[in-house]
Amino acid sequence: MHFRFDIIVDYIPLLLKGAALTIGISALAIVLGSILGLAVSFGKMSSRWYLSWPTSGYIHFFRGTPLYVQILIVHFGLVPACIGHTDAIVAAITALALNSAAYTAEIYRAGIQSIDKGQTEAAQSLGMTSGQTMRFIILPQAVRRMIPAFGNEFVVLIKDSSLVALIAAPELMYWSNVMRGQYLRVWEPYLAAAFIYLILTYSLSKLLGWMEKKGVAG
Amino acid sequence: MTAGPIIEVTGVHKSFGANTVLKDVSMQVAPGEVVVIIGPSGSGKSTLLRCLNGLERPERGEIRIEDRSLLDAGSSITEIRSRMGMVFQQFNLFPHLSVLRNITLAPVQVRKLEPANAEELALSLLGKVGLGEKAGQFPASLSGGQAQRVAIARALAMEPRIMLFDEPTSALDPEMVGEVLAVMKELAAEGMTMVIVTHEMGFAREVGHRVLFMEQGMIVEEGAPRQLFDEPRQERTKAFLSKVL
Ligand SMILES: Nc1ncnc2c1ncn2[C@@H]1O[C@H](COP(=O)(O)OP(=O)(O)OP(=O)(O)O)[C@@H](O)[C@H]1O
Ligand SMILES: [Mg+2]
Repeated sequence: MHFRFDIIVDYIPLLLKGAALTIGISALAIVLGSILGLAVSFGKMSSRWYLSWPTSGYIHFFRGTPLYVQILIVHFGLVPACIGHTDAIVAAITALALNSAAYTAEIYRAGIQSIDKGQTEAAQSLGMTSGQTMRFIILPQAVRRMIPAFGNEFVVLIKDSSLVALIAAPELMYWSNVMRGQYLRVWEPYLAAAFIYLILTYSLSKLLGWMEKKGVAG
Repeated sequence: MTAGPIIEVTGVHKSFGANTVLKDVSMQVAPGEVVVIIGPSGSGKSTLLRCLNGLERPERGEIRIEDRSLLDAGSSITEIRSRMGMVFQQFNLFPHLSVLRNITLAPVQVRKLEPANAEELALSLLGKVGLGEKAGQFPASLSGGQAQRVAIARALAMEPRIMLFDEPTSALDPEMVGEVLAVMKELAAEGMTMVIVTHEMGFAREVGHRVLFMEQGMIVEEGAPRQLFDEPRQERTKAFLSKVL
């Protein structure tokens, strides 16, 4: 059996289009997930039970159930319930964002709790409210420490986003499945997809390593 | 003094779990007075000081600052705190902000000063603590003595009526203690009301108007520095002083 580069070349435009959607879905999901995750982490750290219970339930649910199941629930349940019909891309972004919020919430919590208590006390002694303390003192310092963990989460999300091919969101994995169907071959479509994922995650970790170094130096 | 006390502590109890740290502590500070608190490690000095600006909350007792109850203050505690500076042993400068921004942040956010006015104020305070040329640097590049002087300038930028110091020189190399004490001495001379926890007995004697000796969560003895250091009445005070002097 020989490896047919020619069919990969034929499919390059579609694979790249898929890869662009993979990046788009993952990037939107990490942005939305980090915003929601911040709210969830505040809820979890709250001393008020009606905030901390639901948010810790949320975290348990999304970390304790398969992402595949979550995608199906969002695609066939949540999205139709909200907008009347389903849409693979909307469902993909929503499911991945909800899932990554549970992970980023824990990243925020660890980052915020790693800041020395003296920082909060100094801010309070100057008359700052807890909101001001969080915004001007704690978060700016915590976010710097969280960059590596966020980077990992982004890498995980890019890989996990391959699961949304199951609801026919036309991203990278979807197009390699189409390719397999057209040529009835497995190695070329899946190795090509794997290679593109590798390029994405590898360049992302290089970029993050560089940002981290810059962050430490500046 | 004719005015009433600016700080009034009455019957304060504070415990951490089973560990009772303050037992029925009462004290008063008059406007312009410099009160120094001394005592062995673990006697509750820091806890008492931290109660004065609400960083710790006692279970019982009353604390009044400028005739306002601290424990009933609710969310207006930020307003009481903004008129009371605190200087910590570990400086607690904000490492992600320049020296200038460390000082201007609270005046801008809390006192709602115009940024330009806050900067002008910050620069004049930096000049006062002898660090005018450090405005643009970050805390990591400062020596301990410089960091602590910036921390003092940061507290002063809120134009506080009271300054609290918790062992401000204990984390410093010996050769830097003097520069920080000099700034504090100058503040005292300007009439600032100060409550200072310190192990610097020479400074306590020279600058303090009154010295409190604490042990095991109680104020064992208080008096003018000369009286307390030279003619302590309590055996426990004598025992402590014989160890530290
Ligand atoms: N946040 C806390 N949680 C539990 N115990 C505490 C806490 N803060 C202080 N303590 C305890 O309270 C007691 C008094 O502590 P405090 O820091 O007030 O003493 P101190 O007189 O300032 O001592 P030092 O000279 O060592 O600073 C100690 O036994 C200490 O372990
Ligand atoms: Mg102490």
